[in-house]
Formats: sequence, structure tokens, C-alpha cells
Amino acid sequence: MTTVVERASLKHRLAEKGVDRVLWLLVPGAVFVVLLFVYPFLYGLQLSFQPKGGGSPFQNYVTFFSDDYLAETVWITLRLGLPAALFNVLASIPIAFRMRGRFRGKRALTTLLVVPITLGTVLTAEGLLAFFGPTGWFNRIWIALGADEPAKLTHNYWGVLFSLIITGFPFAFLLTLSYLSGIDPTLEQAAATLGASKRQRFRTITMPLLAPGLAVTFCLSFVLAFSVFPSAVMVGNPAGETHVMSIAAYETALRDNDFALGSAIAMLMALVMLVVIGVVLIWRTTLYRGATGGKG
Amino acid sequence: MKARPVTWLTWGALAFFMLNLAGIVGAVVTNSFAESWFGTWLPNGYTGKWYGEAWRDYRLLDVLVVTFQVAIAVVVISVLIGVPTAYALARRTFPGKKLLNVLFLLPILMPPMTYGIPLATVLYKFHLAGSMAGVIAANLVPAVPFVVLTMTPFIEQIDTKIESAARMCGANTFAIFTRVLAPLLVPGILAASILVLVRTVGMFELTFLTAGPTSQTLVVSLYEAMSSAGIRPQQMVDSMAVIYTGSMLVLLVIALRFVNPTQLVTRLKDPS
Repeated sequence: MTTVVERASLKHRLAEKGVDRVLWLLVPGAVFVVLLFVYPFLYGLQLSFQPKGGGSPFQNYVTFFSDDYLAETVWITLRLGLPAALFNVLASIPIAFRMRGRFRGKRALTTLLVVPITLGTVLTAEGLLAFFGPTGWFNRIWIALGADEPAKLTHNYWGVLFSLIITGFPFAFLLTLSYLSGIDPTLEQAAATLGASKRQRFRTITMPLLAPGLAVTFCLSFVLAFSVFPSAVMVGNPAGETHVMSIAAYETALRDNDFALGSAIAMLMALVMLVVIGVVLIWRTTLYRGATGGKG
Repeated sequence: MKARPVTWLTWGALAFFMLNLAGIVGAVVTNSFAESWFGTWLPNGYTGKWYGEAWRDYRLLDVLVVTFQVAIAVVVISVLIGVPTAYALARRTFPGKKLLNVLFLLPILMPPMTYGIPLATVLYKFHLAGSMAGVIAANLVPAVPFVVLTMTPFIEQIDTKIESAARMCGANTFAIFTRVLAPLLVPGILAASILVLVRTVGMFELTFLTAGPTSQTLVVSLYEAMSSAGIRPQQMVDSMAVIYTGSMLVLLVIALRFVNPTQLVTRLKDPS
């Protein structure tokens, strides 16, 4: 008898903490995320401390940083990812601003801005190569305008940057637009009633409310740009100027079959990315986070 | 009215961007119909034969069937796993919930390459990589958290009183799920499924790392075709790229009919 009471009370106490049979529903999801995400990640982490050629556990990391060709990838990746993410976010702000109200053709324009998502990296790469190439339409016009020689815009840094902007911009734009639409327009109207100019309203009302959302948009754009792989191979110069971290990780792991060093590079990629995101998010905590509009 | 120059500048820059974009897409589409095109403004003849040749040479029918099978499997499994998880996360607070939330957010935040390489290593170890099962498993990693993230706000919108009322009337948990919640969640599930479908068809890295010769999806075989170009004319790769973009466009148009993109992102970013 007593055991029944105790069992019931334990069940009751657990239920008060929110633990009841509904939580069984979490089991498939939790098992899945542990099996296919946490376990491989930890496996990769420990593999990175078991260098293929033996030696000290940190050998892979030492190799990475002492080999200039590999160490440089960090800088190359950041040099591509940061400007691309920054450009995408900054360019989205004025465009999203003009897209707030209702006007004719808004839906068509939004669709037009989102369409680049469907292009995919290969079509973008082929297009960049053909359009910006030495005999492409862009350079034909460029020379017709009086330039001496065609601008070199493919198979180098610029080609990859353009590709990142084309694939990343629609995404940044959609996020910015949705954050902006979340800001209560009456706040700006109130400021206008009190005599604030357009510029004042932007600087003191809209921008502070939008900034946290912009920080999140920047982080997500950066993640997209940071993992650049196919376009760096196709429109870039994968052995030199655009030898980014993901190429280095892929080549060591699956081409040279050195999974340990490949995992080490993947871990460093995650680390570099987390550092950048961490810095942005810490800066974000200093911003206003209230109920009104400043979503994110 | 003072902001006039800024407005003009914005629209001007946008128009310039769009013009270049049109040029980029136009160049590929033109080339895919070109007889041959070397160093002139326009190709010297037009033909549709490249589409037929690409279709045969790259075995596009097989590739499309694989793509379709992978995408459908990923959608079905991620909904089956994700929706119950989202339900529990939306309805209960329990110890360790924060940790679980972070675990379900990380696969979306991480670049696929970072967890893709360890994942591929593990899948190779268990001899799953190179097969359809491996590709599906790899693609599920970002898909399940994505479903959880999209579905949680949908579930939060449903009044708990409806479930209580059903329980009062004698429905068990299974009946509540199938007869009360499922019908209410259909729009959300549809939206999440379509987005997962689009993401899976477009997912390059994970499929690339885990696919074998018979389990390539369209994106990956497109990439392979482009990197092994030189044997075959450029126009074939271009026509394949046009086929890929065309099918993505169809998916996107369907997706936009069911989901409002701006609302969706707000929901996504602000699930609490």
C-alpha cells in the first residue's frame, strides 16, 4: 500500500516539474539528434586528436597552423565571409525600408528578389563565368565604354564574392524585411507627430529596434558565406586565392583520406565561426531588447 | 521628401544588381540553346538538342528519381520525428529543456561542412555512406531541427483547452494526436514539408559528402558534371543547370503559395 502511495507521489512530483508521459514524444527527436549530430561531432573531435601519423594528440592542430598553405585558409575564409555577410545585411536595409508599405507590384518585386535562391551554385557559377568572363557581355560593354582591357572578375576573389552575394542576398533581405515589418509603425508616427524628421526617426527609433535583428541576420548570413564550398571551387581559384577552409577540410578528409586532419580542420571551422558569432551576439546584448518590434 | 537622392540611389543600385543577375542567368540560358558560342555577342545558331543529350548522357531521369526519393523520405521522416518533438517542446517545461533547444538549433546554425565531414566519417565507418540511406540520414540532420523550429510556434498557437476538452470527452493521447491536433496542424506541417523539400533538393554539401555514384541528387551530379567538363560541351552542363533551376523554381512557387516568406522568418526567429 505504502509503495503505491510513494510511487504516486513521485509521479506527482515529477509531473509538477513538467516531467510526464508527454515527454516520451521527445525520445525519437533526442535519439536522432544525439545519434546523427552529437555523436559524429564528438567522434570527429576525438578523431582530430588522433593524428594519422601518430605523435602528440595536438599534432593535427600543430600541422594546420605551421603549414602556411593551410593556416592561410582561416584568413582567406574570413576575408570572403565577413565582407559578403556585411554587404548583404547593409544592402538589405535600404531596400527593405522601401518595401515596407503597400504598393503596386510589391509581391512581384519580393518574388524577383527571392528567385536567386532557386539558381543554385552551379548555375550561378556558370553564369558568372559566362557573363563576367573575358569575352562575356559585361566585359564587352566595359570595353565598349572605353576600358583598355577586360576586367578580371572570374577565377579569383571577386567571382566568389559575387557568387556569395547573389546566393546570400535574398536570404538576408527576407530576414531584414521580416524584422522590419515586426516594428510597430505607430512608434514612428508618434515620433513624426512630435516633430522628428525622417532622419531622426530612422536614427533614434527604427535603427535601435532593428539592430538586434540585424545582428542575427548578420550571423546567419555569415554562416552561409563562411561555409562556401562549390562556388569557391568553380568561380574561384581553389588552389590559391580562394583556398577556403571547407575546401581544405574536404580535400584532406575525402581526397587524401586523412580523416583526422580533416576533422581537425572542421573543428577549427566551427571554432572560428562560433568566435565571430559570439562576438556579434555579445555586442547584441548591449542593444535594446524589448517587447516592441526589436525581434530576434 | 528630402530623402529623394537616397531613394533613387537605392532603386538604382537594385536595378544594377538585377541587370547583372539577368545577364548571369541569361548567359546560361542562351548558352544552353546555343549551337556554338565563342567570343561573340550572341551564339551563331540555336538548338534544343543539348537538353536531350544532357538528359541521356547524365541519366537525368535516374538522378531525378533519386532526388525525388531522397527528398520525400527526408520530408516524411523529419515530419514524423520533428512534430512530436515540437509538441513536447512547445507544451512542457522540464529540466534540460534549454539544452535540448540548443541541440536542435545547432545543426541549423552550423555550416554543413563542419558537421558534414565528421558525419561522413561516421557513416563511412558504418558502411552507410555511398548509399541512399546514408544520403537520407545526412540530410535529416538539418531537416529535423528545421521542422521542430517551424512547428513549435504553430503548436503554441493551438489552445490547450481544445486538448483538455477532447480528453474530458474520453479521447486518449493517440486519438488527440490523430483526430484533434493533426487536422489543426495540417497547414503548419505542409509549410514545413515544402521548405524541407526545397532545402533538401538544394542541399549540396551533405549530399556531396555522403553520396555514392547511384545515390547522387541533382545538385551533386550537376556539380560533378561541371567539374568534369571538358569531355562534354559546356552547353550540356548549362542545360542541366537550367533544368535544375527550373525545378527549384516550380518548388519555390508552390512554397510561396503556402507560406508567406516574411512571416515565416519572423516566426522562425522568434519561436518563444
